[in-house]
Amino acid sequence: MTDTHGAVPFHPNVRTALDNPQIRGNFRRAMDGLMDKRRLAFDDWELDKLRTLGSAVRLNALHHLPELLEQLDTRCRANGIQVHWARDGDEACALITDICRRRNARSVIKGKSMVSEEMELNHHLEQADIEALESDLGEYIVQMAEETPSHIIMPAIHKNTREISDLMHDKTGTEPSLDARYLTASARAQLRERFMNADVGISGVNFAVADSGTLCLVENEGNGRLTTTVPPCHIAVTGIEKVVPSLDDVAPLLALLTRSATGQPITTYFNMISGPRQPDEQDGPEEVHLVLVDNGRSEVYQDEELAETLKCIRCGACMNHCPVYTRVGGHAYGTTYPGPIGKILMPQLMGLDQTPDFPSASSLCGACGEVCPVRIPIPQLLVRLRQESVDGDSLHPAHVKGHGVKRGRLEPWIWRGWAWMHRSPALYRLGTALAARFRRLTPSRLGGWTDYRRAPRPAATTLHQAIKARRTHRRPS
Amino acid sequence: MTDSIKMYPPKPDRVYLFGTCLIDIFYPEAGLAALSLLEREGIDVHFPDDQTCCGQPAYTSGRMDEARDVARRQLDLFPEPWPILVPSGSCGGMIAKHYPHLFEGTDDAARAEDIAARTFELTDFLLNVCHVRLEDKGEPVQVAMHTSCSARREMGLAEVGPQLLGQLSGVTLKEQAHAAECCGFGGSFAVRHPEVSGAMVQDKVAALSETGVQHFVTSDCGCLMNIDGCAQKQGAKLRGEHLLSFLWQRTREDRTHD
Amino acid sequence: MSSTAKADILARLRQRTHTSPPPERDFSVLEARQWTPAERIERFRQHLESVQGEVIRTTESELNQAILDRLSRSHVRRLLLGRNSPFQAGLAAAKSGDLELHVYDQPIETWQSELFNEIEAALTTTLGGIAETGSLILWPTPDEPRLMSLVPPMHLAVLRVDQLHDTLLQVVREQRWSQGMPTNALLISGPSKTADIEQTLVFGAHGPRELVVFLVDESGSGA
Repeated sequence: MTDTHGAVPFHPNVRTALDNPQIRGNFRRAMDGLMDKRRLAFDDWELDKLRTLGSAVRLNALHHLPELLEQLDTRCRANGIQVHWARDGDEACALITDICRRRNARSVIKGKSMVSEEMELNHHLEQADIEALESDLGEYIVQMAEETPSHIIMPAIHKNTREISDLMHDKTGTEPSLDARYLTASARAQLRERFMNADVGISGVNFAVADSGTLCLVENEGNGRLTTTVPPCHIAVTGIEKVVPSLDDVAPLLALLTRSATGQPITTYFNMISGPRQPDEQDGPEEVHLVLVDNGRSEVYQDEELAETLKCIRCGACMNHCPVYTRVGGHAYGTTYPGPIGKILMPQLMGLDQTPDFPSASSLCGACGEVCPVRIPIPQLLVRLRQESVDGDSLHPAHVKGHGVKRGRLEPWIWRGWAWMHRSPALYRLGTALAARFRRLTPSRLGGWTDYRRAPRPAATTLHQAIKARRTHRRPS
Repeated sequence: MTDSIKMYPPKPDRVYLFGTCLIDIFYPEAGLAALSLLEREGIDVHFPDDQTCCGQPAYTSGRMDEARDVARRQLDLFPEPWPILVPSGSCGGMIAKHYPHLFEGTDDAARAEDIAARTFELTDFLLNVCHVRLEDKGEPVQVAMHTSCSARREMGLAEVGPQLLGQLSGVTLKEQAHAAECCGFGGSFAVRHPEVSGAMVQDKVAALSETGVQHFVTSDCGCLMNIDGCAQKQGAKLRGEHLLSFLWQRTREDRTHD
Repeated sequence: MSSTAKADILARLRQRTHTSPPPERDFSVLEARQWTPAERIERFRQHLESVQGEVIRTTESELNQAILDRLSRSHVRRLLLGRNSPFQAGLAAAKSGDLELHVYDQPIETWQSELFNEIEAALTTTLGGIAETGSLILWPTPDEPRLMSLVPPMHLAVLRVDQLHDTLLQVVREQRWSQGMPTNALLISGPSKTADIEQTLVFGAHGPRELVVFLVDESGSGA
């Protein structure tokens, strides 16, 4: 295995996860439940048609991405939203820190935002002496545990109730309890004060609507609405790919998003924000900012095939249905986005040299591609990234950052040898006949294969030989 | 779950058989069973002697140059416009679904398209083109079926195996938990990520065993080698067989002489 | 710095070459979702009740009493109304002595703690409903501010059956939302909830624990 400096230690993480029966149990149960719920939620739908529409909506939006971003910028400004652009995560963090400083903010309350995880915003704010508190219950738990989310929709899914109870007892003095209602009520009470006193609210965005200048947020808890309504300043932060032309386009994406994610026909709140508080209004933030973050997305955008990655609406269905994710959980990936979408997105954002084991960590079973609500061809993109990893196609030279990381010294020769044998029928027949002839010499240990399985042994005759024998045998009769 | 509507041709007089390298080396009896089943339907089966491998191992490893190199040789094997039958969803999927992509923009693009369009997974062809009627001559038995991910998702054949087995009066099909989940084979995945792949196949063996059967069938040799190999390593009673071998053994005329 | 970032990002995006136009968007799969008025009501009710929303069918003439009955059942003593609320006069006339009617007529900053800690329920109008998902449409206004439907533990909302639509797409198109949106618009589909603790569904996360919809039917077929 290539040991690239600073790269994600996927293999050691996987071993740790597989050795933890509780993690495996938690994830299996949770993913089984989510798969059932999703299936039921699409029961009365023509799902193939809806997914085709979802894909078309995203492809249209991406096709016109620069124009839509400009339109979004213009419309938002006209609505009184201040728009900022950031080339990377650091620039976005600096922008947000500046806004907080200008407002003399000491305390920030946050709604769920994966892009803020991606750029490690909380860490940046802390360094500027600004306290950032997560308010989504799952994120709140994960932050208390000083961990990262293990799932993009259900950040604390790796923890069971007892662990959460212990954690809340240690950190907040909550009475230990295995009653999720009690624990939720405690968290609600703890966070209410914080909402009232926060100087700034920071949220993500699910869809940014270009023609009306509207930021759409999808949530169940109400923490997202509190975050975007109660503090005097709201900063929405989003990747540049989230823009869609109009609210018409939002309808199918919303229908797909919540059903794919958790099997709900809709979340409790669908929050559409189109501006700050107006002079005659009694509540709402006096300032609304939108931070548009590139952070590698414009590079992903350059390649027509790989740009399909940017269709993602972050529902998490691919991880819920992934047999690898189900067994190792989100932390094993060691990146903001885990699971199948992480395996295609992270190598493009971070570089293949930083995520050398991601493209290969799939059996290409296709479950992710089958459920993706916007038809991202995830298995096809995994194969594409494998090709990029080994510089494997002279007709289509690799260009993803860190390509060639898995080229290896010996492997190219093995593959050349393999090709040489398989393009020469005579040599192939000779080789397979020898394998059959000397089948008893087959090694009983074959790397990782035989850690879990008996080594396969060639049959006594090959199919080629058997068919030839059958023909000669039959001809006389 | 494929979305394109599949067009089946009328039953032809002649077909090509592409045996696949795994059947060639490890499971030739499945290839012979395929031959026998097709011949019983009155079809003349041509087995091009120069066939080797569809190229999938290189393709899924990202070695497109080598995959194309080997796959191109297979394009030469099927000059007549007959259907090409593959006793594997995975290799069949490679030819039917990935050859056009692999040869896109090359001089062989048209040939690859043509060959992709007339490639069928063999059990699918038996059921939906030959409209085979199977007469069971075996003792009552319970089996489970593992449909490969390629057959299920890439080729849209989840129903084919169970329907063929359903024709056998003495066979009871038991469904395992998480039936649609991958067995963990995935070609190079089993070698590059042995721990996860191992965990997956162990779960699959457990799920199949929990149905109470001692016998499972599958139409893909990668899955067969994986699941059966794991069951053997564990000393489990469970044993696997290619679906075609099973169908032929249950329905052959001289079965009583076995 | 920011304007350079904008120029850089847009310039990089514009370097992409597109080999083919994007596919057509065929909305028929959504447009096909239409129901009769009776089906709409039933679907709305089923969906809302499945997430612990409460639907009370009533008529215009019985609305005030229905609201008061429901409040009294939960022993609500402090109800928040919007400014110029269409319900204020009626409720004030019909209410019993221990129900206080509060009006949201000053900026939140002046009474935040009272809103968060003392108000027990809020009553709002709605812009309509969506049958497909059991959703209320709210466009908060200066008279009916955003936090009414969020902070008090109980949210009561009045919806007239003739404002029940099939789908979000239908509403967005018919009401031409693209031509102008309020500072905040909402779809609300049940009381707030979470399943972040081991997937156990708990109602009353950070928003209301209870959502009560008074579905007003003038034809009187409410029973």
